[in-house]
Amino acid sequence: MPSSVMPTSSNITSAAIAAQGLRKAYGDKTVLDGIDLRIPAGSVFALLGPNGAGKTTAVKILSTLISADDGQAQVGGHDLATDPQAVRAAIGVTGQFSAVDGLITGEENMLLMADLHHLPRDEGRKVAAELLERFDLTDAAKKPASTYSGGMKRRLDLAMTLVGNPRIIFLDEPTTGLDPRSRHNMWGIIRGLVADGVTVFLTTQYLEEADELADRIAVLNDGKLVAEGSAEELKRLIPGGHVRLRFTDPDAYQSAATALREVTRDDEALALQIPSDGSQRELRSTLDWLDSLGIEADELTVHTPDLDDVFFALTGPTSGTSPAYHPANTTDSPKENAR
Amino acid sequence: MSTLSLAVRDSNTMLRRNLLHARRYPSLTLNLLLTPVMLLLLFVYIFGGAMSAGIGSSGGIGSAGGGGGADRAAYIAYLVPGILLMTIGSTTIGTAVSVSMDMNEGIIARFRTMAIHRGSVLVGHVVGSVMQVLASLLLVGGVGVAIGFRSTDATALEWLAAFGLLVLFALALTWIAVGMGLSSPNPEAASNTAMPLIFLPLISSTFVPIDAMPGWFQPIAQYQPFTPAIETLRGLLLGTEIGNNGWIAVAWCVALAALGYRWSRSLFDRDSK
Repeated sequence: MPSSVMPTSSNITSAAIAAQGLRKAYGDKTVLDGIDLRIPAGSVFALLGPNGAGKTTAVKILSTLISADDGQAQVGGHDLATDPQAVRAAIGVTGQFSAVDGLITGEENMLLMADLHHLPRDEGRKVAAELLERFDLTDAAKKPASTYSGGMKRRLDLAMTLVGNPRIIFLDEPTTGLDPRSRHNMWGIIRGLVADGVTVFLTTQYLEEADELADRIAVLNDGKLVAEGSAEELKRLIPGGHVRLRFTDPDAYQSAATALREVTRDDEALALQIPSDGSQRELRSTLDWLDSLGIEADELTVHTPDLDDVFFALTGPTSGTSPAYHPANTTDSPKENAR
Repeated sequence: MSTLSLAVRDSNTMLRRNLLHARRYPSLTLNLLLTPVMLLLLFVYIFGGAMSAGIGSSGGIGSAGGGGGADRAAYIAYLVPGILLMTIGSTTIGTAVSVSMDMNEGIIARFRTMAIHRGSVLVGHVVGSVMQVLASLLLVGGVGVAIGFRSTDATALEWLAAFGLLVLFALALTWIAVGMGLSSPNPEAASNTAMPLIFLPLISSTFVPIDAMPGWFQPIAQYQPFTPAIETLRGLLLGTEIGNNGWIAVAWCVALAALGYRWSRSLFDRDSK
């Protein structure tokens, strides 16, 4: 396993979360099929996968909500099976569905958490007020949580999780269903947690989110980890970069397609894709080559490989990739084309 | 912190949460109170004449005969203890429903991932529910007194014993109701599952003495928790014969409470959905 990009001062050798061979099945359906994890303290780990890949099951097992059928795991240095209560004392969990009490106010929710963490009354009030302020909920503090918007509920949810000052936080799809602004707010909040040295275990189906937040990303598909590494490492796994030429005139498109031959055609959009790594050097040689053939496209876009490419390449049925992504199925490298 | 003080502290926190719910949203409890109050008024003012005339001779009612007013007063006295226990049954339906509602809330998953006393969620529900039952009993008992119910020659000790019996009975039914709530997939199902809690008092000695019922039916009415509890309460408040009903009632309560507790704990300790 390649070493990850680590925050500087934290204890590199200690794993906040470690798991070996976690398995979980519901009847015939295997949800997790042998998961190994090692998440260093103070880092952000993103578990990325399509719906139904087993992300939530992994979080539920690691946060003591359900037990694994096989395998073992340590969270915060405590064994899940033998000392779940010590694990619970070390973690905070914000689940996929908001874990707030809708019948009572935001402030009462916060005070409830303070009481359950056995904070003295004054300190509880102080912590509650501070967190409500930090999450921009002070104005809504006296309203029932059921009246909150999706983004507010999610913020309250996370604020409640932080009352006990946990060192390890599980965030199960923290931004699913949020509008772009709320999502960016949530990202800011998560970055703030990381700055405090908290270990974050994040699940998401948004590649951008994993790319933005995580030190390491693991791709979960069909109950198995199919790839793991930093965003950069994952992007290197698959070739996905290309230059896309779009034509408005069908005749120009046809003649270009004939002249270029070894390219991916998109007849409907009148677009051609030439494999490219996106570097300036390669782009120049590609353009020179096009000039020499007298091809003039109406639109040229450069597509560098991103996590979407990785995601589609690693997950889901191999044939049914997204219409936005056409793998460069030519074996020719752009350099060969350019010659 | 010791396990016990942790349990007490967390249960107390959960209790306050449940009482907050009950205070904010009292409509569920109040709706459930309608049934016993309606039945009380219906049986006293609509069927009361026929009921007391029909069963006056069968020995269940203290002072039969005389004018309609005396009959009515006697029937009210006969009816109120049963209605009070029925109030417990119908209030605990609310417990089953609110437990089921609660279990479908994300907050319960949060509680499960926190280092709190495992049973505190349930204990909070039970204690809160018993307190609601007591408030309901006060209300329904108040209606009973308002329409003419009077205890005859009950001593302070008998009042205390009556109170103790009501609390014990409430505790037993509440634990059963919590188990019903936990075992139901949603609040609607919980309300159906909990139907026996309101149905059993209807087929007990609440409205008519057991020996006024058809012979084949008498065992059904006799061997169920409500009848001995009703007879005991009658004895304590009205001075009728208790016999061994007292011990049978206490045994029912203890058994139901223990069963409900074990059932609820094992359901709650299962893996969450």
